[in-house]
Amino acid sequence: MTSISPWLVLAGLGVFHGLNPAMGWLFAVALGLHRGSRMVVLRSLVPIALGHAASIAVIAVVAVLLGFIFDQRPLEIAAGILLLAWAAYQAAYGHRHRVRVGMTTGMVGLGFWSFLMASAHGAGLMLVPVVIPLCLASMPGQDLTAAGSLLIALAAVGTHMAAMLAVILVIALTVYDWFGLEFLRRGWINFDLIWIAALTATGLILIA
Amino acid sequence: MATWQPDPSFYPSPRMAAKAPAEKLAYVAAFDPERKIPDAITVVDVDPQSPTYSQIVGQVDMPNAGDELHHFGWNACSSCLCPNAPHPHMERRYLVVPGLRSSRLHIIDTKPDPKNPKIVRVIEPEEVAEKAGYSRLHTIHCGPEGIYVNALGNAEGKAPGGIFLLDPTSFDVLGQWEMDRGPQKLAYDFWWHLGHDTMVTSEWGTPDTFENGLVPEILLGSKYGRRLHFWDLHKRKHLQEIDFGEEYQLVFELRPAHNPTKAYGFVGCVISLKDLSASIWTWYRDGDKWAVKKIIEIPAEPADPDLLPPVLKGFGAVAPLVTDIDLSMDDRFLYVSCWGTGDMIQYDVSDPFNPKETGRVRIGGIVSRATHPKAKNGALNGGPQMVEISRDGKRVYFTNSLYGPIDPQFYPEGLEGWMVKLDVGENGGITFDENFFIDWPKSHRPHQVRLEGGDCSSDSYCYP
Repeated sequence: MTSISPWLVLAGLGVFHGLNPAMGWLFAVALGLHRGSRMVVLRSLVPIALGHAASIAVIAVVAVLLGFIFDQRPLEIAAGILLLAWAAYQAAYGHRHRVRVGMTTGMVGLGFWSFLMASAHGAGLMLVPVVIPLCLASMPGQDLTAAGSLLIALAAVGTHMAAMLAVILVIALTVYDWFGLEFLRRGWINFDLIWIAALTATGLILIA
Repeated sequence: MATWQPDPSFYPSPRMAAKAPAEKLAYVAAFDPERKIPDAITVVDVDPQSPTYSQIVGQVDMPNAGDELHHFGWNACSSCLCPNAPHPHMERRYLVVPGLRSSRLHIIDTKPDPKNPKIVRVIEPEEVAEKAGYSRLHTIHCGPEGIYVNALGNAEGKAPGGIFLLDPTSFDVLGQWEMDRGPQKLAYDFWWHLGHDTMVTSEWGTPDTFENGLVPEILLGSKYGRRLHFWDLHKRKHLQEIDFGEEYQLVFELRPAHNPTKAYGFVGCVISLKDLSASIWTWYRDGDKWAVKKIIEIPAEPADPDLLPPVLKGFGAVAPLVTDIDLSMDDRFLYVSCWGTGDMIQYDVSDPFNPKETGRVRIGGIVSRATHPKAKNGALNGGPQMVEISRDGKRVYFTNSLYGPIDPQFYPEGLEGWMVKLDVGENGGITFDENFFIDWPKSHRPHQVRLEGGDCSSDSYCYP
């Protein structure tokens, strides 16, 4: 990990989250198809990205604040265990969530939906191994302050969201304008399995 | 089991589903009206190229007798692709088969050998009553939150009937669906508009008013169901009730438009107390409310009282008794079963307020006893009842039994089961497939039909 810039990892995870149809691009396309408007596709991406970012931000801020209370090592182990538990929960009960938002939703509902989806999938937890060292390592010549760390955490969330937004923008428009939905039938690979693998891998990285 | 790709029988939109390959097998619920030998899910060969075409090629018997198998469904279907609750990496594999009388649920695996399905789990009525508070299980739909099962009675067999959820993977009973049921008491059918976050439910009666047959006093007193209920599908809250009025009794099968952008659907009303006619109504969005309009009225046919069963003698007419309807995948053709007169009528409902009759065949019927080219005895009884349409809309299958205790009220000489198939013309028109007639084994009567891979009343869609 040390050789890759943490910012690049954050962006990479943004790409990964964006690719997953369950994280929102598919909902944007569906709403566009329902209302017969490309503009609706574009507008829908905004609350989807913001809801996702809000969910990530909650985890990042909590991680940073905990970092000022506990040592980094036990914090990493605790986060790792939480990730593994989350992965196990996803594997067992991931299909069992209440459906709270439907096709008639407005933009606020869509943001809320995205927040719930990202939170339930543990999207923010996946960023913890990057966020902890990035935000809690003191810069040369600077003291480590809570304000400074939180600012870096928010920059991390922003980077992640920007990458995610770019990806969902490209996919949603490509599908809406060219591909159509036929490809979903065979091309929609099981992101849930990949996701569970990613949660598990992240957990192991933290503990190791 | 999780899969790597979505089940190939899931389609994002009804447009795509209409291009699905032709079904080769049909699953048909068959029950023993005497409740002495176990009911069964039978497998019917519907592949015209097969040497066993139009024959029963497999069967799975239930573990108990007396279930009265009813409107069964699949564990998973096209709604798994919905963007707000995606879980598409499942198999359409298990049939969820309810017993209307026993309140028992059977989970039947159609793999590895689709002609040889096997029971993999039985959920006893006590478990349903304890976890969901319901009994008299009637209809199954796969949907956004799992498997939805409706029930005509509560745990004590009284009102209210309602809906409960099953986990689509483990088949555990999750609990009652409704969070706020408002004034709703009676239940019969349910389905939804996924594009409008709306559930619709209809009404029959409490179990004590139908389990020994229809009760004339209750019918004539307009005490059976006559209402539609509209619900918020995700808040699980009752929103609106529409009463069809005292004249109308038994508001049964619900067929919302498959296109999720459309906010209308069709419901059949079995009988009018005024003139024994049957009717079809369109429900539709009117401003911020739902509304209904009667679009079809099918009149009763005058008949010699000597030819009529006791329940109809005094009226001197055969009631059409519309007991099932089904809508083609493209929302163009509505099929209407007239169980009393023996007609199967096809309407073009492209304009849902202005239906045009485009086809009609007659088979069986209380008075007509119309036959089929391949039938041996020349005078069939029972009439068109549970009807199912292939996804491409080219083939229509139906059977002739309604419900154990009601069959003899209208066909007192003893209803003899059959299953037939219609071929549909390019622009409407229906004709019997002369090579398809199943003289049902006398031990059982056939009811609901489900087609391999899905059909026009099994799947709902989130994309237009």
